[in-house]
Amino acid sequence: MNLSDLVFIVTALITVTAAVGVVGFKNIVHSALSLVLSFLGVAALYFQLQAGFLGLVQILVYAGAVSVLIIFAIMLVMDKDPDESNRSHAKQKYWGGLIALLVTLGLGAAIGSTIWPQSSGSLPEDSVGALATLLLGDYVVAFEVAALLLLVAVVGAIILAKGAGEHD
Amino acid sequence: MESLFLDIAQTLTGWLQSLGLSAVWADFILLIIQFACVAGIVTINVIILIWLERKVSGFIQLRLGPNRLGPWGAFQTIADAIKLLTKEDIIPTRTDKWIFRTAPLFFITVAMMLYLVIPMGDGMQIVDLNIGVFYFISLASLSTIALLMAGWSSNNKWSLLGAMRSVAQMISYEIPLTFSLLGVIMIAGSLRLSDIVAAQSNIWFIVFQPVAFITYFIAATAELNRGPFDMPEAEQELTAGAYTEYTGMRWALFFLAEYTNLVAVSAMASTMFLGGWQGPWLPSWLWIIIKTYIIMFVFMWIKWTFPRIRMDHLMSFSWKVLLPVSLANIVVTGVGIYVFKWMGWC
Repeated sequence: MNLSDLVFIVTALITVTAAVGVVGFKNIVHSALSLVLSFLGVAALYFQLQAGFLGLVQILVYAGAVSVLIIFAIMLVMDKDPDESNRSHAKQKYWGGLIALLVTLGLGAAIGSTIWPQSSGSLPEDSVGALATLLLGDYVVAFEVAALLLLVAVVGAIILAKGAGEHD
Repeated sequence: MESLFLDIAQTLTGWLQSLGLSAVWADFILLIIQFACVAGIVTINVIILIWLERKVSGFIQLRLGPNRLGPWGAFQTIADAIKLLTKEDIIPTRTDKWIFRTAPLFFITVAMMLYLVIPMGDGMQIVDLNIGVFYFISLASLSTIALLMAGWSSNNKWSLLGAMRSVAQMISYEIPLTFSLLGVIMIAGSLRLSDIVAAQSNIWFIVFQPVAFITYFIAATAELNRGPFDMPEAEQELTAGAYTEYTGMRWALFFLAEYTNLVAVSAMASTMFLGGWQGPWLPSWLWIIIKTYIIMFVFMWIKWTFPRIRMDHLMSFSWKVLLPVSLANIVVTGVGIYVFKWMGWC
């Protein structure tokens, strides 16, 4: 076992433990913070795969912004004792376990039976530049349409929340 | 003098390898030593900075500032640090203990990690990432979570209000902060900080990007929760914001992290706009220190000159003034670069 294997095992363990914590914690704020840790672990996995840009996007968007949104949403709607806010789903325990087992088996079978093509080429030297050429060059229309869609969604959300034309 | 620290690092690696370690492990140990140096410099620097802050505020408000301990009161912060170290660590009973304890650690860790990419001299960068600027921005966005953790776990309305304010403020000012750095990145054509410094060998980017520098400076003041944008810890209304329930060393860690962020943001400003470590006569690592300290002095100057502004004014200033200005700056910069290339000037 070399150093990179060791790093992978540690980051994967942290990520998976944090993801289990999201489901397992009784307090829903603890779950949300555990989710942040899980996001950071995924970012670390990206770094290890030499996808530095993707890892930083993961930190900026998920760990930095989405998780704050989640925590704010939790704080806004939480109206009971925080220690019982993330109820355990004891009734669905067996069904949940069965479905999880089936998903694991199905995925395992699918992964095991696939022949994975391995690229022989080396890693691109400048992945950010290549990504920029693709996003703002070849696929600029799709990129801008997606941005416009997000803008429309934001405007729509504000109008739904505040109402339109009712005040000046 | 120029290559003093590089020589030390080289000697250290040579010595480690002579002990029979492989090059990877020698680099690894060197990395740990570099991190330890960053932590040490930051901790000692904060003592100087707090003293400077008090002296500057005293000068601006026509008083003396600390003047009892040592020459010009220079030992005052050391005495304060000892006081904080020996204070009792009080954790209120109704707090969320785990989050309460980890919040300051998380905050200081994120603040220290910012120093990984800052070029502290010619070739003196811990890691020269090809996406250094982006690393800085994305890591800085993590500190909101630490403040939210502190505010929520304290189980105190002032803490929570302070945390909410600082999160709202930091998230809205992050956008003009990033956009103002984009102008520089467009001119330099690289996200690598050493390339950006090298691109400023003839002329500093503040000349091409004065608007970006001003928007960066304002946005950074808000990101740092410093006056006049220190709404999150407005003493008259919120006691101490998210830090209300913290005592002793835990509180000091927050304080340390705030000043660590201040140094990092100022070093970033001098790297992006003021030519980084480049300068005549003096060694490069001294130049970045001088430039960083000048910018930090301006931060202090502004803090003690302007009154605190209202929260809703603060938010509307970000969304209605800074954001359009920084967006317009990007457009103008893009057109400018195109015109320059078309005319064949660069």
